[in-house]
Amino acid sequence: MTMLKIENLQATVADKPILKGLSLTINAGEIHAIMGPNGAGKSTLGYTLGGRPGYEVTGGSATLDGTDLFELEPHERAAAGLFLGFQYPVEIPGVSFVQFLRESANAQRKARGEAPLSGGEFLKLAKEKAALLRMDMEMLKRPVNVGFSGGEKKRAEMVQMGILDPKIAILDETDSGLDIDALRICGEGINAIMRKPDKAVLLITHYQRLLDYVKPDFVHVLAGGRIVRTGGPELALELEEQGYEAVAA
Amino acid sequence: MKQALTLPTRKDEAYRYADLAALETLWPLPVQDIRVAAGEQGALAVVLDGANDAARDIAITLEDGAEFDLRLLHAGSAYRRIAVSVSLGKGAKFHLGAAQIAGGDQTVEIVTEVTHAEPDAVSSQVVRSVLGGKSTGTYLGKVVVARGAIGTDGSQSIRAMLLDRTATANARPELEIYADDVKCAHGCAVGELDPQGLFYLAQRGLPPALAKKLMLQAFIAEAFVGAADEEALTDAALKALEAVL
Repeated sequence: MTMLKIENLQATVADKPILKGLSLTINAGEIHAIMGPNGAGKSTLGYTLGGRPGYEVTGGSATLDGTDLFELEPHERAAAGLFLGFQYPVEIPGVSFVQFLRESANAQRKARGEAPLSGGEFLKLAKEKAALLRMDMEMLKRPVNVGFSGGEKKRAEMVQMGILDPKIAILDETDSGLDIDALRICGEGINAIMRKPDKAVLLITHYQRLLDYVKPDFVHVLAGGRIVRTGGPELALELEEQGYEAVAA
Repeated sequence: MKQALTLPTRKDEAYRYADLAALETLWPLPVQDIRVAAGEQGALAVVLDGANDAARDIAITLEDGAEFDLRLLHAGSAYRRIAVSVSLGKGAKFHLGAAQIAGGDQTVEIVTEVTHAEPDAVSSQVVRSVLGGKSTGTYLGKVVVARGAIGTDGSQSIRAMLLDRTATANARPELEIYADDVKCAHGCAVGELDPQGLFYLAQRGLPPALAKKLMLQAFIAEAFVGAADEEALTDAALKALEAVL
């Protein structure tokens, strides 16, 4: 079943065209990886789908389970089941993870017409997901991402993903800034949370190494704002060996 | 504090940003005189909410070694003004924590004049403003250190957050120092909510008003840290915040 369908997407940032006719279909149960050189538009794809201000859609469409994403506000896209893992998670002083995540989870549930989680239910869920990412609950009582190392921020992103339980996760360079152990923990976390028949993942990455843990069904090469090649997991290995220039040419 | 019976004009520095039309209906303002005896402690919390214009003048005299904790909250939907003059005796301590939250075309202001009349007194002032719509929020804070008031320690932390580009924040810290060996620090900043933070919270599912409230509550709470009725003040401030978001 088609989950995310992107057709001929064009987007600009500060009037500069970045995405130039990108098409991609992701079905439920699939894991896709997008690789590509710096400046190809990988992060722009994630931000445009998430609805970040300043990322303007100038053509094409994107639907999630048939719903036009671009008709929705960013928080409505989240409630519809879209999760964006940030390459650089934002620090928010004065707001604790626990408070923000409970409010977020309940705002999403409210938008979907579901009953809110009680304090006890939420804490149980948060503990379970934190344990999955080997994160101390005490850290989640601290202000959002403040004073976290690069690796802790990425693990906290995965904890958030576990708690919010999205349909599709677009993970923007989740592997950057991770040491070998943290890479494995994040990779296993992604599998545990998202590798399910009714969910899908789009991994944005520069390197093969995350794909050793999270095996993609499809690998795409993004260059110049378009998908220029699509293949199976072997394409990532080919890229690693030969570089983008040779493969994307 | 002596008050003139004639209505002030814009030429009076302390009334430069006031809503003079609203002030006229309230004039003359009664002055609330507070005196704290040597070595004693006092506290006062003033919450101005509701829909009527309100203005207060408060004069506080702290004798040697006396301490006073003053908290102010400007909420509601009308003109708000509180002017405070404080005189500190030897070794006295004064703390002000104030928040003003305004929207629409509201005018809110806090004017303080803190005089360190004798040596070794400590004053600290924390003022947080959240201003939306076309509102105007003003803080005029003067600290005077009298001749011979050595060992003075005065600080001011003034921050304003504009929710809309149409809102106005006036912040003027002012120091008048006639003594050596004193410490007077002030910090002053006017800003907007971090758009990256707002997008991050939205991406997790928080509607904009809720995301803003979450980001602002810690900012406002700084005004009420350590107050005897910290929780009640913070709750009242959050309600006011919901009304302007």
